Amino acid sequence: MSYTIEGQTGPWELVIGLEVHAQVTSQAKLFSGAATAFGAAPNSQVSFVDAGFPGMLPVINRECVAQAVRTGLGLNAQVNPWSRFDRKNYFYADLPQGYQISQFAHPIVGTGVVTVELSDGSVKEIGITRLHLEQDAGKSIHDQHPTKSYIDLNRSGVALMEIVSEPDMRSPEEAGAYLTKLRQILRYLGTCDGNMEEGSLRADVNVSVRKSGEAFRTRCEVKNVNSIRFVMQAVEAEARRQIEVWESGGTVEQETRLFDTVRGETRSMRSKEDAHDYRYFPDPDLPPLVIDPAWIEELRAGLPELPDARRARYVNEFGLSAYDASVLVAEKETAAFYEEVAAGRDPKVAANWVMGDFFAMLNRLGKGIEDSPVSARHLGALLDLIADRTLSGKMAKEVLEAMGETGKPPGTIVEERGLRQVTDTGAIEAAVDAILAANPDKVAQYREKPTLFGWFVGQVMKAMKGQGNPALVNEVLKAKLDA
Amino acid sequence: MHPTDFTIRGALEALGEGIVTSEALTAAHLEAIEALNPRLNAFVTVTAERAMEAARASDRRRANGVARPLDGVPLAIKDLFCTEGTRTTAASRILGDFVPPYESTVTANLLRDGAVFLGKANLDEFAMGSSNATSAFGEVENPWKRGNDDGTRLVPGGSSGGSAAAVAARLAMGATATDTGGSIRQPAAFCGIAGMKPTYGRCSRWGVVAFASSLDTPGPVARTVEDCAILLGSMAGHDPRDATSADRPVPDFAAACARGVRGLRIGVPREYRLEGMPDEIEALWQQGLAWLRAEGAEIVDISLPHTKYALPTYYIVAPAEASSNLARYDGVRFGRRVEGGDLKDLYERTRAAGFGAEVKRRIMIGTYVLSAGYYDAYYVRAQRVRALIKRDFDEAFRSVDAIVTPATPSAAFAAGEKQDDPVAMYLNDVFTVTANLAGIPGLAVPAGFDRQGLPLGLQVLGRDFDEETVFAVGTAIEHAAKLTAVPQVRAFA
Repeated sequence: MSYTIEGQTGPWELVIGLEVHAQVTSQAKLFSGAATAFGAAPNSQVSFVDAGFPGMLPVINRECVAQAVRTGLGLNAQVNPWSRFDRKNYFYADLPQGYQISQFAHPIVGTGVVTVELSDGSVKEIGITRLHLEQDAGKSIHDQHPTKSYIDLNRSGVALMEIVSEPDMRSPEEAGAYLTKLRQILRYLGTCDGNMEEGSLRADVNVSVRKSGEAFRTRCEVKNVNSIRFVMQAVEAEARRQIEVWESGGTVEQETRLFDTVRGETRSMRSKEDAHDYRYFPDPDLPPLVIDPAWIEELRAGLPELPDARRARYVNEFGLSAYDASVLVAEKETAAFYEEVAAGRDPKVAANWVMGDFFAMLNRLGKGIEDSPVSARHLGALLDLIADRTLSGKMAKEVLEAMGETGKPPGTIVEERGLRQVTDTGAIEAAVDAILAANPDKVAQYREKPTLFGWFVGQVMKAMKGQGNPALVNEVLKAKLDA
Repeated sequence: MHPTDFTIRGALEALGEGIVTSEALTAAHLEAIEALNPRLNAFVTVTAERAMEAARASDRRRANGVARPLDGVPLAIKDLFCTEGTRTTAASRILGDFVPPYESTVTANLLRDGAVFLGKANLDEFAMGSSNATSAFGEVENPWKRGNDDGTRLVPGGSSGGSAAAVAARLAMGATATDTGGSIRQPAAFCGIAGMKPTYGRCSRWGVVAFASSLDTPGPVARTVEDCAILLGSMAGHDPRDATSADRPVPDFAAACARGVRGLRIGVPREYRLEGMPDEIEALWQQGLAWLRAEGAEIVDISLPHTKYALPTYYIVAPAEASSNLARYDGVRFGRRVEGGDLKDLYERTRAAGFGAEVKRRIMIGTYVLSAGYYDAYYVRAQRVRALIKRDFDEAFRSVDAIVTPATPSAAFAAGEKQDDPVAMYLNDVFTVTANLAGIPGLAVPAGFDRQGLPLGLQVLGRDFDEETVFAVGTAIEHAAKLTAVPQVRAFA
């Protein structure tokens, strides 16, 4: 059953499309050589081009174009060998040239598709309408002075990719899943860091509602939503607002709205009547962007493995469950960590350890995989100690905990704590013999009550300070008791 | 011979032979400026001290045997080129006392080759105008007078009116200029000097205050065709900072001047024969063609059928680009600011006070033609016509090597004469705008005088990046014309 919101007049369907602004990962801005680092001192990363000085001209940054092409390829989209930059004209204090250079009529990337998995296990394809390159504006800061605004032009001219989806999503979950997947692809490609808190990834959410079977009704655009959770909340809040408008006999007006994250509601920013006439026209400073098909193929050949392909490989080659594979590929860093642990080892065992005790340890320590005190190499070494029976599974958990606290490799911890598992059958036999000799009554009872076997195991392990190889202890004990 | 009478070629030879020094040449020009600029108003800024320093440095280089191609030649720089450390105004109030922290590529190239900058030449505000009357720094007077000298002040043409007047009156040996619709060629013709608009992309636009980016073309004005060729050789060259700059080698333009025209096919476009055009313009045109024929060129009638749409096309494309290019003059980061109650008020007051009437007119036209609902009817259609005009030339240049036309529909007119009628003023560009729309090179060369003794020029158009043939044809006209008259207003008679 598809997602609907129940109104007074019955169920309403949602129609959602996203325009995502993704900051291109690059050393320099789209049309100037200025740097792009986040958090630099205000106005410290501004060239005369970015500040719109007289006679300054834009020159396209080839790396930003390559990043857009890579992204297009990653979205299974058509890369247009001919595209063009247009000027979007409007006045604002943080827009130094008085226009934004964007691609209006002829974007660099055309239609594509993103596949998302939903919580019920179903899979849905979301269409990509286009991707185009454009420059970011600067930042106006209004709260630092009672009567003045400050302008920071560090962002001015930074390359953005605007990725526009088809209105293919039908629920908050789908919108969230799409944005999650898009972010994942961008991060795998290395074309955007996906950092929504720093504003590297922002979404404009287009929402409309309709009765089943109807054509699209008027949509509203909720601007600049900066987390996946807020996108889902904004979709629902805006849909509920529109349903209320329709059901109270009103008409939804096309407008731009903002999402108030505190109150969980959207509010009007500007109506269609206030919309700018941007007077788009081709930027005469920039020749059309012509991309050599051979270069596109070169970039395609250099693409990293993307999440869908990687997940399929985990399932098909490693024998992981679809769920486990999804969890491991969700973040590029996790997948890379997992693959390093799994290299040359049992991939299922590696998956269990990464997703089980290792994730639990990170949670406990409140750390992410990037700043994990246990490296993939050390976790792999720990698995090797289990495989060669130096450590039992139980001992290994203890060692992993110590690794998390100290950052030391497992071998060092085993040495320091004398945690070496005993696999010498002679030593095990001696320990077993001692326990049996000390407990003749229990041995007698065992004949009647075989469940006492566990008690004997516990006694032997205790005597061996937990270092007896559990399998061997079992084997020896069984042989002696049943003799 | 007075030092200000040297051509650039002559000065370079004299400097090379040790007959003059750059210090002497520069001092003589500064003296001429001091004497005449109060009247002509050709310079808005004179950088005398820097010029003398540069001249002495040039003389030292020459003494050390490391002279550069233009070493010691005193030039005027149109005040649309940003010059590091020297105020750059675009002849507009809105730039205030803007001092660029950078040097335009073209002027940097000239400095690299040893040129000495005398100062910044007056122009129409933001290069918008055909008479230098729209300058915030006042009109420029054409140094030529009508034969009866009734005292009428004549315009030098525009927008490079200060550059052309300065060179004609011997205040500079040559000058940089820019041509968006005829702003090099029309003032050159009005002032009896040569002016070259090279192919679009030949000279970098980096650091040149933008008027209409797809049309703006830096180029030289000088008293001879060869001097223009020498200057262009230094100004031109690929610039990675201008995406529209052409990545091709710079040929030896000066050498091309002496090629002659034997065997060249010269096209004469019938559409340039305007109704009501003065007889003397027609006569001059025929005379020019006769000279070329005598030198061995073949004269061929051609057709450029879309010529009549060029002017309206130009007056859509250029204002459209200008309306966007001039948006950056908002009082926020540099130049003049008039404070206001809020941001919008600041914009409105700043731009109302900072821009002159002609600039405002073009911003409004440009904003209009780009507006929703009008864009297709005006801008898109103009771009289509522009492509047809370019195609006309492509077709023509399959059968001819160069095209010769009048440079302007009349000689210099009196100050104030066409001020109240913008359309009459825009008609000055009728022969020149086509080259800008097509991007091809165009040269104005002095070829004769009208009945009142005022200079008239012919225009030579050539193929994309074939300035060499244009220079050769221009030189042939110049040599055949053997003009010796000089403007009446000079510092040293």
